[in-house]
Amino acid sequence: MTLLSVENLVTSFKTSAGEVRAVDGVSIAVERGQTLGIVGESGCGKSVLSLSIMQLLAHPGRVVEGKVLLEGRNLLDLSARQMRAVRGREIAMIFQEPMTSLNPVHSIGYQITEAMRAHEPSLSAAELRNRAVAVLDRVRIPSAARRFDEYPHQLSGGMRQRVMIAMALACKPKLLIADEPTTALDVTVQAQILELLRELQAENGMGIILITHDLGVIAEMADRVSVMYAGRVVERSSSAELFDDPQHPYTLGLLGSIPRVDEEKDRLTAIEGAVPPPFAWPPGCRFAPRCPFSIEACTQAPPALREVAPDHAAACLEAPL
Amino acid sequence: MTHLLEVVDIAKHYPSGKGAVKAVDGVSFTLERGETLALVGESGCGKSTTARLVLRLIERSRGTVRFNGEDITALSPGALRRFRRNAQIIFQDPYASLNPRLRVGEAIMEPMEVHGIGTPAERRKRMEELLGLVGLAPYHAARYPHEFSGGQRQRIGIARALAVQPELVVCDEPVSALDVSIQAQVVNLLKDLQARFGLSFLFIAHDLAVVKHMADRIAVMYLGRIVEVAQTNELFANPRHPYTRALLAAIPHPDPARRGHVKPLGGDLPSPLNPPPGCHFHTRCPFATEICRSQDPVATGGAHSVACHHADTLPPMGAAYEGHISEAARRRLARYAEASAARSLAG
Repeated sequence: MTLLSVENLVTSFKTSAGEVRAVDGVSIAVERGQTLGIVGESGCGKSVLSLSIMQLLAHPGRVVEGKVLLEGRNLLDLSARQMRAVRGREIAMIFQEPMTSLNPVHSIGYQITEAMRAHEPSLSAAELRNRAVAVLDRVRIPSAARRFDEYPHQLSGGMRQRVMIAMALACKPKLLIADEPTTALDVTVQAQILELLRELQAENGMGIILITHDLGVIAEMADRVSVMYAGRVVERSSSAELFDDPQHPYTLGLLGSIPRVDEEKDRLTAIEGAVPPPFAWPPGCRFAPRCPFSIEACTQAPPALREVAPDHAAACLEAPL
Repeated sequence: MTHLLEVVDIAKHYPSGKGAVKAVDGVSFTLERGETLALVGESGCGKSTTARLVLRLIERSRGTVRFNGEDITALSPGALRRFRRNAQIIFQDPYASLNPRLRVGEAIMEPMEVHGIGTPAERRKRMEELLGLVGLAPYHAARYPHEFSGGQRQRIGIARALAVQPELVVCDEPVSALDVSIQAQVVNLLKDLQARFGLSFLFIAHDLAVVKHMADRIAVMYLGRIVEVAQTNELFANPRHPYTRALLAAIPHPDPARRGHVKPLGGDLPSPLNPPPGCHFHTRCPFATEICRSQDPVATGGAHSVACHHADTLPPMGAAYEGHISEAARRRLARYAEASAARSLAG
């Protein structure tokens, strides 16, 4: 059974400017031991998607349609209390900015043991400490026993992200959602964190949803990829296939926008214009106004995500290009 | 002819309880007219502090900065103002660097007013030209910064910097806060403007891939010092300093066939409050020996200069990864570029 399968999820925000569907009919799936990469830029809905899975949406955000199946069980049917037992224990999450995700007034140890205390109240203080030190040790924090009593400001950015990972892994979740986990980090530190995530996954077989705008990180980490644009998945395939045979114009635009170390080019192939805000999403294909291949029909109705090659889907009338 | 910019042994030390934080500790480089020199390094290496020292936005602890042969560290307030007309800066965060209460047109005209350039009517005309130059429209002048996206705000920052027709523009991480597709637009714009006006860029960045695209020469910084300087192609073809190599090896490439080739550098950046003695990099360097722990390495090698005791005996790393891109992807990217160019011509 698929570890996590999100089916046709719609997350809506009722605002004074009208209803905004920040996530509009998204389906994704993650298998055990695998990494699903979700690619997209600001405003594509990738973070709302992860908050919808965790049911951490703030008012006025609300899931209005679809299913979130964790090993077949629809999380959207759970009570608040049941959902609390899922968060942290079955699905854990790490965020981009470890400094704002850590509480500055509590020690590292207190924060790591928080989930254990919630999920396994019978553990003694000594057991909690031992487990926390072990998990800090595992994420390769030097002198873990001493760090247990330190505070977030005493750690570097890379160390803070390791603490976040330690917190997420404290209760051995089946699924880890990592939302831009290395975006705020320097490139050498990013390499350390990615290697760590890969090792941990090999060890405990967890599924990972890795959300990022960086196609280099996707190539390095993901088994499968979903590319999101303006609340929808526009392309889906294996990671190898996405780079070998990119089909959606937005994916192409993203690939063209990356300065490559290996290429001599005078100009980057930039995507013209900017992502429209959700209340101004055009009817039809939402990428059409920026797409160099758009035709009349693109502006009429949203294109369906359909197979354009084996196990490779794109939501584009013109695909395969 | 003199260099446009010549920085000699500049340093910035911040006094602290137990000694000094050596944010910049003896940095020297030159920049020629029309050239782009990139200062590259990770957080805390001193690259932004160096940029601010060059513009005298902060005062140096020691060293000299010459602009067109004139020592700017000794300028009178009036002369400093004239210098600043020739040397402008674009900041990283376009959200924080524009006054939210000034209309965009006013923000762009402000530097001209400060420097007493033109009549109000001339300034307005020039402002509208500048908006066009950076890809915005005249009607944008009446709007406020919050009405713009990040990429558009960075265009406004660029227009404002160019308003006084500077020779030198310091670009302090101008694209790192922007989305990937917007980064490419701004990088293209900066290159176009440089070609058109013969601008010289001091380009501060942490991203070697962006720098490869922008810079003629690259200086790599680590803990307040420059460890290697070379022509861009030379640096990528033959990186010599172990830290430069580590930086290059850490870049994840958009190529799944390369998976697992990324090599993390061990350890954390030491504190600049008590930098390690000798070569600052020795605590993380796989090649470090006794001499590295005790003696500061001196930069050697002329045009490709490297500050490493073992530079001449290190095993060659070979060129940075020569990437692979599939035929199908290459063909479609070419089509995309073509179609995109055709549409922008069509209007």
